[in-house]
This record gives sequence, C-alpha cells and structure tokens, in this order.
Amino acid sequence: MAMSQEKLKSFLIKAFPDALIEIQDLAGDNDHFAVTLTSAAFEGKNRIQQHQMVFEALEGHMGKALHALRVKTQLPRG
Amino acid sequence: MSSLFDQIRETLVSNDVVLYMKGDQKFPMCGFSNTVVRILETLNIPFHAVNVLKDMELREGIKTFANWPTIPQLYVKEEFIGGCDIVSEMYETGELQALFAEKGIGA
Repeated sequence: MAMSQEKLKSFLIKAFPDALIEIQDLAGDNDHFAVTLTSAAFEGKNRIQQHQMVFEALEGHMGKALHALRVKTQLPRG
Repeated sequence: MSSLFDQIRETLVSNDVVLYMKGDQKFPMCGFSNTVVRILETLNIPFHAVNVLKDMELREGIKTFANWPTIPQLYVKEEFIGGCDIVSEMYETGELQALFAEKGIGA
C-alpha cells in the first residue's frame, strides 16, 4: 500500500491552493512521508481540526494507502 | 455500532488516560504507538492501554468515534487529544505536561 509523492502533493495542492507544502520522503518506499503544511486556512482551528482538514484533503487514503504519514500544520508567520 | 461506542465511552469514563494502540504497554507493535507509550512513561503518567489488534471492530470503530483515521489515539478525561504527531508536538512544546498538570494527572 503506498502513494507516490506527486499524487500526495496533488491532493494537498487541490485542497490548500495557498499553502506552502513541504514533503520529506522518510524511507523511499512511497509510504513514509513527513508533510508540513503552512496555510492561513488553519486560522482559528485547533491541531486536531487542522489535521482533520489534511485527512479530508487526502480523500480517505489516510490510514489506508498512507498509513505512516507524519503531519505538521502551522499558520503563516507574521 | 452504538454498543461499540457505548463500550468506548465506558472505557473513557472509567480511566483518566486511555491509549488506543497497536500492541500493549510492554510490547508496542508499531513505532507510532511506541512513541506515545514512551512519552507517557517519561512523564510518569499511568494509562489504560487498549490493544486494537485484538478487536478489529474496535480498531475501525474508534476511528469513526474520533473521526480520526489512524492509531494510536490518546484520550485524557474522555477528551481526544490526538495521535502520535500531535502528542509528540505537545510533548516538545510542554503543552502535554501542562494538560496533565491542569487535569491533576500523574506526578
């Protein structure tokens, strides 16, 4: 079970068009990525809600094709 | 599904800290579950571990219950705190320690 980095990024760009999206490949097996998303869309949301927004962007793949995705969300500085 | 949710609520009501995980406290079966176990042990926080690998209906049901697609899941006083990433981040910023202190749990 895996997903290419390009496909992962395309999901995130579609859902967070304004975001800065940083993806780190942790193992080279299309199954262990670390994603950092910086977006104003997270304004007013707690961490759980922010991460749930990311899971929704991944359209049900989280916990399935993507079982070991590390997620960090943050608001733009300043 | 509702009886499963009742079972989950019962567990959450009767334990201050509950960790739904893969494996158990002595033998975590996944790196993410292991990370949260180590954090709780480092903070001397007693917790009730639930091994979801033993109950496939629970393993999927808890994801629906919390609207959270992965395991582990940490609950403190019936409140969902997060998975490995959020718990680790809160540990690094000290928010997790503050949460336990505020709830009167642990040291």
